[in-house]
Amino acid sequence: MSRPQTLFEKIWRRHVVAPEGVAAEAEGLPATLYVDLHLVHEVTSPQAFTALAERGLPVRRPDLTLATMDHSTPTDPSIDTARLRVIDPEGSAQLDHLQANCERHGIPLYAMGDERRGIVHVIGPELGATQPGMTVVCGDSHTSTHGAVGALAFGIGTSEVGHVLATQCLLQHRPKTYEIRVDGRLQEGVVAKDIILAVIARLGIGGGTGHVFEYTGEAIRALDMEGRMTVCNMSIEGGARAGLIAPDEVTFSYLEGRAMAPAGDAWETALDDWRSLPTDEGASYDKTTTLDGSALEPMVTYGTNPGMAIPIAGAVPEDDAIEPEKRASFRKALDYMALEPGQQLQGKPIDVVFVGSCTNSRYSDLVAAANVLRGRKVADGLRVLIVPGSDAVKRQAERDGLAQVFVDAGAEWREAGCSMCLAMNGDQLAPGQYAVSTSNRNFEGRQGAGGRTFLASPLTAAASAITGRVTDVREVLS
Amino acid sequence: MSNSFTRFTGTMAPLPIQNIDTDQIIPASYLKVTDRSGLASGLFSRWRYRDGDPEGQPIADFVLNRAEHGEARILLAGDNFGCGSSREHAPWALVGYGFRAVISTSFADIFRSNALKNGLLVVPVTEEISAALFDAVAADPATEVTIDLEAQTLSLPGGGETNFEVDPFARRCLLDGTDQFGYLLNQAAAIQTFEAANPSRLDTRSA
Ligand code: SF4
Repeated sequence: MSRPQTLFEKIWRRHVVAPEGVAAEAEGLPATLYVDLHLVHEVTSPQAFTALAERGLPVRRPDLTLATMDHSTPTDPSIDTARLRVIDPEGSAQLDHLQANCERHGIPLYAMGDERRGIVHVIGPELGATQPGMTVVCGDSHTSTHGAVGALAFGIGTSEVGHVLATQCLLQHRPKTYEIRVDGRLQEGVVAKDIILAVIARLGIGGGTGHVFEYTGEAIRALDMEGRMTVCNMSIEGGARAGLIAPDEVTFSYLEGRAMAPAGDAWETALDDWRSLPTDEGASYDKTTTLDGSALEPMVTYGTNPGMAIPIAGAVPEDDAIEPEKRASFRKALDYMALEPGQQLQGKPIDVVFVGSCTNSRYSDLVAAANVLRGRKVADGLRVLIVPGSDAVKRQAERDGLAQVFVDAGAEWREAGCSMCLAMNGDQLAPGQYAVSTSNRNFEGRQGAGGRTFLASPLTAAASAITGRVTDVREVLS
Repeated sequence: MSNSFTRFTGTMAPLPIQNIDTDQIIPASYLKVTDRSGLASGLFSRWRYRDGDPEGQPIADFVLNRAEHGEARILLAGDNFGCGSSREHAPWALVGYGFRAVISTSFADIFRSNALKNGLLVVPVTEEISAALFDAVAADPATEVTIDLEAQTLSLPGGGETNFEVDPFARRCLLDGTDQFGYLLNQAAAIQTFEAANPSRLDTRSA
């Protein structure tokens, strides 16, 4: 029998077109890695298509490429393409660019108005395009999301987008592996988002640099596919380019019957193959960290990076809990957030609640939020945006009455897109405003210049929507 | 945009903040471009101008607005520089502004990869050396260092030098002024062989 391998190693080895240089004359050469699926969006692709045009190159595999419009698209249902040209000529020109490039190269594109359109990391799994054992890339750091199905998925820069368009390959050095083991059963009110915020708080936002995470353990196995996507999505916030979860029956039943998933005999063949992917008994990781899932609490961030998170009942750390060389950055973050060391976050008044983004905008996220909001009202003066991750999620939520729950509660029900996650499309915080947000980044100004973000789960966001303050969902539900 | 780097001597702009993310380097509002130009004015715009607006008033004490650092072409930054988004606009903005290199104790993976493809050298140093460089610049903003990519050395202000690590392939491309795209394009035959042996299960045009 061959040496036991990790899930990562198995996927890596299957995709090596040319190995990393080991011979003296080739020392340090990266491996050439084949890409099974290349996802494209409007913001990070124009310069890559230009690079192809300058060299007169075609797109090698349009059939393994899929484009969508998500980052700068309006989520206000009253803004159509014509009006967008007037209010956002630059954004609209970028969308036109993508359309023209996709038409020229025969790349399928889900443009505005297309029923399959949505946030790139929501539609990939939703369509069954991302499958176990694949390599998936996109000019977007949250490509790590697709690792939830057991694919090696990571974000790339625009130069690399050009490389993949032209050659379907990437030059890569092999990363190290890092097992993130979460044992035990989660308590009531604690969900996937809380797991990943706790992981990043533990490791720090650079803790995974140079590594690929593989999430293992009882608490991970117990998550549904969408919860797994939430966890893998934020791998990059821990510094890891990719996060993986071994495929299992949950994965297979999620994928079966989806538009681009294999069907018939091909499904059976694929299943046999996919079952061979999980990490072998006895395989070793370069690093391992273990968390006790049963001890986790709902988490919320207080600072300006996703690692600055605390249990919701906790307090902002005191200065002396921070290493001396990190104190200046810590104080800078608190100044920006207008918070004090030792301060409780619970009860802090907020201005906006945002439920959306590729982290938490899937159907189950909306169900979680709706269960809290059903029959209740949003606090007076609070703005609550509910932004589905894709048009398909939106339609399903409208069919099943979730949308009505949100509207009845006094929330805004929007069109699908990235929206206030990165505030490129006009959905943004005003300077000084506080938001509880289900997105993934609380960087300075991320949700609008001067805006202040508390990252949390959809449950925490919905509970906070009712009170207008940072709120522990367990108090609302009890 | 020049894609080469051999040796550079210059002063440093100190930014002693950890975890500088690419949203700070270049905010999302600048990402609507379809080329690489015009990004320099957006570089650190939220820290550099009042209300983050290049038309607005410069924030006097931000490093890029201080006269003594006006000529600096090396950025000296805190740990984990370039974390967050994969936007290559971040190195484009830094290079567009005139930076040739960034020195830090560590860099985020995607940023490092993007920077090296754009002739922006990333120079990792130890905490001690980083602290010594910040001290030296604070004492004398005209302090110069020399980065030698061929020798993989960084000269130190008090005399002496230190070695730094760099991806050997990226180093070779930078020294030769060649790019990685060309190298990849030359592998067409191997790619074809791979594709023949590994037919895809997917067709994105099928949905
Ligand atoms: S939702 Fe946010 S993080 Fe996700 S792809 Fe869009 S902008 Fe990026």
